[in-house]
Amino acid sequence: MMISLTNVTKRLGGQDVLQGVDLEIERGETMVVIGRSGSGKSVAIKHMVGLLRPDAGTVTVDGTDVGGLDKSGMFELRRKFGVLFQSGALINWLSVFDNVALPLREHTRLAPEEIETKVCEKLDLLDLGEHAEKMPADISGGMKKRAGLARAIVLDPEIVLYDEPTSGLDPVMASRINHLIIDVKEKLGVTSVVVTHDMESAYTVGDRIAMLYGGRIVQVGTPDEIRESTDAVVRQFVEGRLEGPIT
Amino acid sequence: MTPTIRMTAKTDVLTATGRAVLNATELSGRALLMMFRSLGYVGTLWRRRREVLAQMLVCGVHSLPVAMLVAAFSGMVLALQVGIELADWRQSARVGAIVAASMCRELGPVWIGVILSARVGSAMAAEIGTMSVSEEIDALEVMSIDPAKFLVLPRLIALTLMAPVLTVFADLIGILGGALVGKYQLGVSYHEYFDWAQRTLTNRDILSGLFIKAPIFGLMIAVVGCALGLNVKPSEGAEGVGNATRNAVVVALILLIVFNYFLTSVIRYI
Repeated sequence: MMISLTNVTKRLGGQDVLQGVDLEIERGETMVVIGRSGSGKSVAIKHMVGLLRPDAGTVTVDGTDVGGLDKSGMFELRRKFGVLFQSGALINWLSVFDNVALPLREHTRLAPEEIETKVCEKLDLLDLGEHAEKMPADISGGMKKRAGLARAIVLDPEIVLYDEPTSGLDPVMASRINHLIIDVKEKLGVTSVVVTHDMESAYTVGDRIAMLYGGRIVQVGTPDEIRESTDAVVRQFVEGRLEGPIT
Repeated sequence: MTPTIRMTAKTDVLTATGRAVLNATELSGRALLMMFRSLGYVGTLWRRRREVLAQMLVCGVHSLPVAMLVAAFSGMVLALQVGIELADWRQSARVGAIVAASMCRELGPVWIGVILSARVGSAMAAEIGTMSVSEEIDALEVMSIDPAKFLVLPRLIALTLMAPVLTVFADLIGILGGALVGKYQLGVSYHEYFDWAQRTLTNRDILSGLFIKAPIFGLMIAVVGCALGLNVKPSEGAEGVGNATRNAVVVALILLIVFNYFLTSVIRYI
């Protein structure tokens, strides 16, 4: 088991966001977590990478209890992760190239030429080669996400977390990001966790899909199982109907 | 009913006061830990020289015009006020002594502290707070890059180094401003003015302002700005950034005034 959340609860801003989440993610699979906006999907992945600590329950990554790690242990664990944030979260005063090169400069002793080779390789993979010298303020939302993804995978992580990778993108760009997620999985063999409420994306990239509702996982299954689900909450969500238990 | 309402109001005030004290204590503790953690990375400074130089440019060089303007008028108004009083005692020539001592001991470092709090400390809180809201701080954390090393250290070093440099300019310009007022409004020649300034100023006056007060003020302003910026939660949005920016100025100015008193008290005995 690569990632395991066991009975995780979390209260934020006076609300019980997670109320006993149980989720197990196998090594090498792509798990998609779906749910309404504000249902706690992003909170769940922040627990996986130790940005939030559970009020109760345990989060383990590759056998390590994330809650029991000190700061240096946490930094060590996070080396296994690459995270694509919703907005890309590029450092605003660094160019696209420097953003992608940042983890290599901070964590490796590679020569500048080797860093350049690795960064260009990732930028080319994400079709950003000609935008390397641009600043984050000068590129589109889709490019920011691709640059964020290039930065997330530049250290060849074992696990990549995607927070709403297709939100705010046009359908063509969303489809492109979906195929990049599949490419990254196939080429790098990573375990992926994708948080989204875009069902098209979930069906395209997911090996399994977990539905988060009311602070709990209500169903986990393959895309076909979710598509054919008999659970009223899951059916309403995937079909996007107004009528049903989700209010 | 009335006593119950009074009790509730009192309890509310006590609760709010207690909570404010607890929050302030927690934030102070976090700020100090952040400062020590950041200074623990000082060995990596050579690798971060570009960021340090960039911050020195923004914090120091770009603050120079406003610092010189403020210092010049401080020296001028001080010379004018003191000169008017001294004229009654036919001691106008001593205005040089008072302006020089005041600028070097107090006004130079304190005005620079005020300018840096308003111009640089607030900008640090706003910049880092905005990074927090846009998940850039989270991104650094998940890349195992400690913000204390990547963001805080260059700012602490830059401001600690640039505050004394700016103070040198403030002291000089303030004294020159006083000399101009002395010459053209009080009838004190440059020779008399600078003669009294030179006779009065001691090494301790100059060095205590430059090498004790100014660097401590610079460090303190950077710590406050960075700590309040890092304290912004992504969910707080623009309001959180605004609060952090305002608090950075208020807290830095209060600490500046308090620290100045205690430093002056200690310097007397050195």
